Amino acid sequence: MTIPLLRLEDVHRAFGGVRAVDGARLSVAPGEVHGLIGPNGAGKTSVINLVSGLLVPTAGRILLGEAPIHGLAPHAVAGLGVARTFQSIRLFPDLSARDNVVVGQHLRRRASLAARLLLLPSARAEAQAARDQAAALLARVGLSDRIREHARNLSYGEQRRVEIARALASAPRLLLLDEPTAGMNPVEVRSMAALIRQVAAEGRSVLLVEHNVRLVMQVCDRITVLDFGKVIAEGTPAEVSRDPAVITAYLGDSR
Amino acid sequence: MWEALASFYDTYQSTVAYVGINALLALSVYATLSCGQLALGSSGFAAIGAYAAALLTLHAGWPFPLVLGAALALPALVAVPLGLPVLRLKGVFLAIATIAFGEVVRLGLVNWQYVNGAQGIVAIPQKTAVWMIYLSLAVALFVLGRLRGSKWGFALEAIREDEPAARTMGIPTARYKLTMLVLGAALAGLAGALEAHFTFMVAPNGFTFGRVVDMLVFAVVGGAQLYWAPALGAAFLTILPELLRDLAPKVGIEPGPLRLMVNGLVLLLVILFLPSGLVSLPRRVREWSSARSPE
Repeated sequence: MTIPLLRLEDVHRAFGGVRAVDGARLSVAPGEVHGLIGPNGAGKTSVINLVSGLLVPTAGRILLGEAPIHGLAPHAVAGLGVARTFQSIRLFPDLSARDNVVVGQHLRRRASLAARLLLLPSARAEAQAARDQAAALLARVGLSDRIREHARNLSYGEQRRVEIARALASAPRLLLLDEPTAGMNPVEVRSMAALIRQVAAEGRSVLLVEHNVRLVMQVCDRITVLDFGKVIAEGTPAEVSRDPAVITAYLGDSR
Repeated sequence: MWEALASFYDTYQSTVAYVGINALLALSVYATLSCGQLALGSSGFAAIGAYAAALLTLHAGWPFPLVLGAALALPALVAVPLGLPVLRLKGVFLAIATIAFGEVVRLGLVNWQYVNGAQGIVAIPQKTAVWMIYLSLAVALFVLGRLRGSKWGFALEAIREDEPAARTMGIPTARYKLTMLVLGAALAGLAGALEAHFTFMVAPNGFTFGRVVDMLVFAVVGGAQLYWAPALGAAFLTILPELLRDLAPKVGIEPGPLRLMVNGLVLLLVILFLPSGLVSLPRRVREWSSARSPE
């Protein structure tokens, strides 16, 4: 049995009296696409915010490999190999698509300030390499003709793809995707599914929050179902879709 | 030809020097603006640099390059304990806290008998040459310019656009903001020291809230998104009153009030029509002319 890449142990997070996350347990293996689903308000985005360090748990532990990451600042969590996208897109609107992705490379860029101030050719080459890599990542998400466009001028689906390219730019071990297909048309959803499987094939783990049940069933290895902050089911897509607790949570009690 | 140039320079030497000093001060405000932080402590930092330099020259007899080094370092050191708490504030709250810092420095100087209180220090030897001002400005512009396109330059832009998102890219935003505040403080201190050794004197009323507003206006009028634009704004708004000096008697308004009126008008026009500052004027003109002309 391999050590899971990400483990949530009895994680709680309350906002005043609201228990957004109420004892969540979850583990994601290396290279696994793990779905996180549940009705609106189930606490899915809170889980993503807790893992990425934007929220601190009220109780419980979050481990990346063997290392506890709860309580670390977001930039420190990112430094350990966690990248994310946002449900409400948070690109840098006045930067070009390419420059957004260049920002995502921050952790990987090995540049020396001295080389830059002394006008050494190595600094110029490093900056050019960063731009080239960003362009390559944008090509990978199908946006090679949009690299110079300001992020604010891109369509909704394009913005979501730039966000994923920006997250991949840090070469993360764990990619957190918060509703990556919201607002996308069926063609875009299909290419998103292919992209997620490709990312997993590179050995990266993906934690996918998604409302599109068909996509989740199609791309996920395992699924965790949340309702009112609690885990109500966990298993393969086939297991979860048969689980009576899941059916009740989504469709209501038949009585 | 050369005589004409020389006489022009004699007449306008002070304006030429002030273009450079004001450009340095504008850059000190731009430093924090470049990562989206409205910090207005630059008049306080300039005061610390100016007073420290004046005292070191008059009482310690330090050589001028060392004096300038101290005027650079002391405000930078002060900026660290100031920045650690206040940079947790956002937007207007940061602005108010840093304005308060500037006022504390000014009022402290007014009440400090050792430096003659409100009268300030006079008879400082004139050691600043115009080339020193422009060398300082060139170095500052070079350093800020080299940040563009580097990982640090992109990090600053990311913080300006969306700080929480920047943090999830692994950018330690607090450290970047503090570094830029320290850099801005050093530039302001240097400008203060150069000014003190150019005008022979320093006094608390040279470092009022109005002074830091001037610096901010230079940056906004020039353009707050490009490193050399604040220097352009400072040059424009420093030279403009000199051009208006001859106009003043013709319109029957004193030069002082006329300067304030024109500066206010320029600021208003820039904010309304050139939100990215004077540097965006060529682009805007192209946009307007192409919008007018039919396909």
